[in-house]
Amino acid sequence: MKRSMVLATGAVLLLAAACTSDVPPGGAAPTGAPGTSPPPAASQFFDQAEHDRQLALRDQTAQGPADQPWVQMLEPEMVDTARYATQGPHHVCFSNASVDNPWRQVGWTTMQAEVDLHRDEIANFTALDAGASDDKQISDIQQLVGSDCDALIVSPNTTATLTPAVEAACGQVPVIVFDRGVDTDCPVTFIHPVGGYAFGATAAEFLSDEVGQGGKVLALRVLPGVDVLEHRWAAAERIFAARGVNVVGVEFTENDTATAKSIVSDYLQREGQINGIWMDDGTAGVAALEAFEDAGQPLPAISGEDQQQFLEKWQAEGLTAQAPTYPTFQWRTAVVAALQILRGEQVPGEWILPQPTITSENLGQYLQPGLPPLHYALCGCQQMPDFPARWGA
Amino acid sequence: MRSLRDRVGAAAPVFGVLLALLVAIAVVNPSFLEPASLLAYLKRAAPLAILAVGQYFVIVSGEFDLSVGSLVTVQVVVAARLIDGDESATLPVIVLLAGLGLLIGLVNGLITTRLHVPSFVTTLGMLLVLSGAVFLWTGGAPRGSLSQAFRVPGRQGIDIPGFGQVPWSALILIAVAAGAVALMRSAWGHTLVATGDNDRAAALAGVPVARVRTTAFVLSALAATVAAVLLGGFAGVSAQVGEGLEFSAITAVVLGGVVLGGGRGSVLAALAGALVLEALFTLLNLLGVSGALESTVQGVIIIAAVAYAARRAGGRRRPPSVPEPSPQPA
Repeated sequence: MKRSMVLATGAVLLLAAACTSDVPPGGAAPTGAPGTSPPPAASQFFDQAEHDRQLALRDQTAQGPADQPWVQMLEPEMVDTARYATQGPHHVCFSNASVDNPWRQVGWTTMQAEVDLHRDEIANFTALDAGASDDKQISDIQQLVGSDCDALIVSPNTTATLTPAVEAACGQVPVIVFDRGVDTDCPVTFIHPVGGYAFGATAAEFLSDEVGQGGKVLALRVLPGVDVLEHRWAAAERIFAARGVNVVGVEFTENDTATAKSIVSDYLQREGQINGIWMDDGTAGVAALEAFEDAGQPLPAISGEDQQQFLEKWQAEGLTAQAPTYPTFQWRTAVVAALQILRGEQVPGEWILPQPTITSENLGQYLQPGLPPLHYALCGCQQMPDFPARWGA
Repeated sequence: MRSLRDRVGAAAPVFGVLLALLVAIAVVNPSFLEPASLLAYLKRAAPLAILAVGQYFVIVSGEFDLSVGSLVTVQVVVAARLIDGDESATLPVIVLLAGLGLLIGLVNGLITTRLHVPSFVTTLGMLLVLSGAVFLWTGGAPRGSLSQAFRVPGRQGIDIPGFGQVPWSALILIAVAAGAVALMRSAWGHTLVATGDNDRAAALAGVPVARVRTTAFVLSALAATVAAVLLGGFAGVSAQVGEGLEFSAITAVVLGGVVLGGGRGSVLAALAGALVLEALFTLLNLLGVSGALESTVQGVIIIAAVAYAARRAGGRRRPPSVPEPSPQPA
């Protein structure tokens, strides 16, 4: 009795452990000799031309009203949409990858508020949440296309897998894709901020200036294999290598605050001192800083993101910080673009949104008191009805 | 009458391993032996060690509790949502968390003992129920925030002039360990071990087997509650805080020489197992080994422990519970 039970249980334990293991595949990047960084490895995720384009785009002036960045555009090439013009009011549909993180929750709230601004033009707004499943999103898109939508907005869960479903939908309705992309240019417009290379480079340049040559920087990443995040690190690691910054470690936190804090504590123990924290996602920024506080160390220079709790800590502690952003206001743009297309107005085929950077100089204009800790400041929602209550304040 | 070797024999290696690891860490990083560093290590190990103590009660009674990791996540997320930065809500919410822990432990215990569902099925189901509930309730992004007071036990300590800070979590760990040792030396502790060793014999001797095991599940869930308060305090709100902790806790217990299947092992050895695991992770980190190895190490330990337990169980000359396969007609 006992023997078979023990064996069966062991099998179940291992099976379950395998299921819930939260360690990402692939480990930390090897660290070079002290004072040097390893040369960036060639990566399937690195595209030199796109990298150069994004870095150049950071210096371009966007067209459109400066107080409404969600309708601004960089280097637009307009496409004609006259053939999509129909009489309203319209039925607008949305296939959402998921709302499984705070960024997507803030974006989703903002999008619904944008729809409410246009109730005269949008009679019906149907949204399906794929729950981060490619399979479900493929069937969601098919279902929406079959339910007389006038326009379909898609925020793809993954790029390659969703491409055929989006292509099939393009033949039926005008399609608007935003956030993550797809491998086809059949959508009428693809809306996205400047991009990951620009994000990572901005953060790395700031830190390189702050820590100087030979300064120690710890890079915290969420997880490997996501193109947007890979681009952020690919651009950063090139800048760190070129500027002689000592990258003491590259670690994955899976956006878990406890993991992030433990990793930073470990590195402080190992290195004695760390001058800068680079992050490809600012979610665990406050936890990383707390590790320095608990170790009795001076707070480092840090690149975070526009999350409320980080901005509040920045202001309260007078951090040496910078926050490149991946603005949640793009969720507004998707609705704006859908209506412009249904009116037959021209839109950019690739709608590149500006990607503002929060610095100590402009922190005051982005930080709104009273919002929940996981709110994203660049929602572009401050002037919308029911702000801030609708966003959880 | 058990020999002395039987009573401490399985546990003794773990203390040796712990000592060896601490020495190895000190060789790699001499500053580790300073009180502040040692206390920081204890502070980090405390949640896992407390979980291991809770898991010990369940394992030594011959059962398993796979639900503790997701219970930790539930407690932290619920605390953040209910406290929402309001300092005065701290104590009532902690009391509520204890009540929630009690309830989950009771449900685990009653389903296992009264409905005769194998405990790893019961608690695996509970793991799924709890993690699903957290996801449903938060949509993957927890709301609200923990108060400063809630974070004190996991993050702060008592400053002793000239010595540094003694973390609250280290003191809480010592209190939990002392309580567990006292419990295991009591009559209840003996019935718990007897239940795990041979529940039929224990029942015939008048031990209320079902009640003893249910109590073990309740203790495990309460230990998870304490761990949740410490972990939430350590790093704030997170929807992944408890992921994988149940396996770390079980690994710690088997590292301490507690036999899977029950009836053997000491609670202090289980606690030492958690310290070994945490020391091992610290050493791997100091050596610059990737975090991905942590999973691998845990898997190897579980396999080795089960193999060892199976060999022992096999060596007890019990009639095999699985009948020999009868020859198949050709």
